[in-house]
Amino acid sequence: MGEANELLLWAKGPAFEWALGIMIFGIVIRLIEIFSLGRRVDYSVARENSPGSGLKTIFSRSYKVELSTPQVTRTVITGYIFHIGLLITVALFIPHIEIWRSIIGFGWPGLPTSIVDFVAVITMLTLLVVLVDRLTNPVKKQLSTIGDYLAWLVTFLPLLTGYLTYHHLGLPYTEMLAIHIISVELLMIILPFTKLIHSVTIFIARWYNGDQFARKGVAS
Amino acid sequence: MMVMGIKGNQLPEQDREETLEQRLKRQGVSRRGFLKFCAAAASAMALPPSMVPAIAAALGSVTRPSVIWLSFQECTGCTESLTRSHLPTIESLIFDAISLDYHHTLQAAAGQAAEEAREMAMEKFKGEYLVLVDGSVPMADGGIYSTIAGISNIDMLRDTVENAAAVISVGSCAAFGGLPNAEPNPTGAVGIGDLMEMGEIASKPLINVPGCPPIPVVITGVIAHYLTFGTIPELDHLHRPKSFYGDTIHDRCYRRTFYDQGKFAESFDDEGARLGWCLYKLGCKGPTTHNVCATTKWNEGTSFPIESGHGCIGCSEPKFWDAGGFYEALSEPTGALGTAAKTAVGVGVAAGALSAWQNLSKRSGAAAEREKVTIDDLEQK
Repeated sequence: MGEANELLLWAKGPAFEWALGIMIFGIVIRLIEIFSLGRRVDYSVARENSPGSGLKTIFSRSYKVELSTPQVTRTVITGYIFHIGLLITVALFIPHIEIWRSIIGFGWPGLPTSIVDFVAVITMLTLLVVLVDRLTNPVKKQLSTIGDYLAWLVTFLPLLTGYLTYHHLGLPYTEMLAIHIISVELLMIILPFTKLIHSVTIFIARWYNGDQFARKGVAS
Repeated sequence: MMVMGIKGNQLPEQDREETLEQRLKRQGVSRRGFLKFCAAAASAMALPPSMVPAIAAALGSVTRPSVIWLSFQECTGCTESLTRSHLPTIESLIFDAISLDYHHTLQAAAGQAAEEAREMAMEKFKGEYLVLVDGSVPMADGGIYSTIAGISNIDMLRDTVENAAAVISVGSCAAFGGLPNAEPNPTGAVGIGDLMEMGEIASKPLINVPGCPPIPVVITGVIAHYLTFGTIPELDHLHRPKSFYGDTIHDRCYRRTFYDQGKFAESFDDEGARLGWCLYKLGCKGPTTHNVCATTKWNEGTSFPIESGHGCIGCSEPKFWDAGGFYEALSEPTGALGTAAKTAVGVGVAAGALSAWQNLSKRSGAAAEREKVTIDDLEQK
């Protein structure tokens, strides 16, 4: 008796343990693979000694964006909105901050629930625009693989289930909360093995590119 | 409140045949008082005022049904909750409407006489009596961990439920297993509904009135409903009456607005706690707890736990003892995350090293096997 409570306890307990473990395992193995590949020794003399270019590029790539065509503009703006929206819902919703506190030992101030709720709706709408764009733009469609759609789905589901949970829509709260947590666990498990790994590797890639370009005399 | 006979609670025949209204009249309760009680009963059952005459007619003519109250692995808190209410209350009036033929704590009889009272009631009111249970039933090792008069709880329950009209599980132990059922559950404790599902006892109409303890008016409301309509009230998927367990504490909480505004008490003695802000961060389980505390309240409607500054512990839900610490936020994971993370890093490093070694040996192998092209080769081509 009490399947909903059992499901919630499983989602918060063993399932979260496994999801966290698989995510960390995946990230570690992928990082070791990337770093162990190495690079050939560059015997050429650096054109420009530009210390800090790698670190600088990590940030500069986020704001030095040339909006060359309407398509690029659309991609960049929607990209910005849903990334910032995701960050707000994941990191500034107070029940979520309590999860972070339990994992890393400290928390921070959050936003009123109604603001996070509004941001979540905007983020979901933007994600839908991004999906439609991917399906209708011939180039994007051609480039898209099943992994891209899977990455979109596991990003969208936690937002949708979280929204339904908060508003008591669909299933009773306890069931919906359990499903919401499970949808996040799905994201955590899939993250290292799809393009979602960019949430970690983006910093490495940008640092490497910035450093290499600086060596070649085109520091950002 | 409850007058028990010397031998169990076997009432004289004329006393049992007396209707509730007649009995109350004999005790000096006026018709007006009786109607006030009916109105309170209607309110407790979440029925419209138009139902009061129907309740009055039904309760006025009802004779006292036999009730057998079985106490198993419990702390007597549920009985305390019901009997400690101030007089005169709806609770006391409702208990006047039933014939409590067997109850460990309240009956005057002891030993063989007490068990005889139960057996006599079962025989005489076969198929008509109500069984109220508080406490869970131990099933491990043949049910030896709790016995009454040498009879194991499961045997007594099986025997008593066999010819009952309906079963009411009072408290979370009887409803879901409660504290005895918490990990590691050494006695193999289970609730009454689970025993019915397992086929250990006969399946009868079951009403769960969980809570640790349950609110007195909920149990009396359920009994009043049964007396009035002869049926059990509408139940949710956990067999709890919807009129009492339909909403969560969070939905009815007067502090809900602070949750929406993002205003939370960080400790039990900070400014937020003094201002009555939401107790979510301090472990309140209100969002996942279905009960009527926030509206009915306790102690003659005085207050409820959140009103006195403590979060809801979720006592009317299954497995509430194992649902994370009472002072940990509802959203917090309950597992051993540190161990999971360390293990994952260890396994990840080992697997990564293996993968890196494979990649590197593949690359060096390819380099070794590569055929070098000389200028002569190119010229020939």
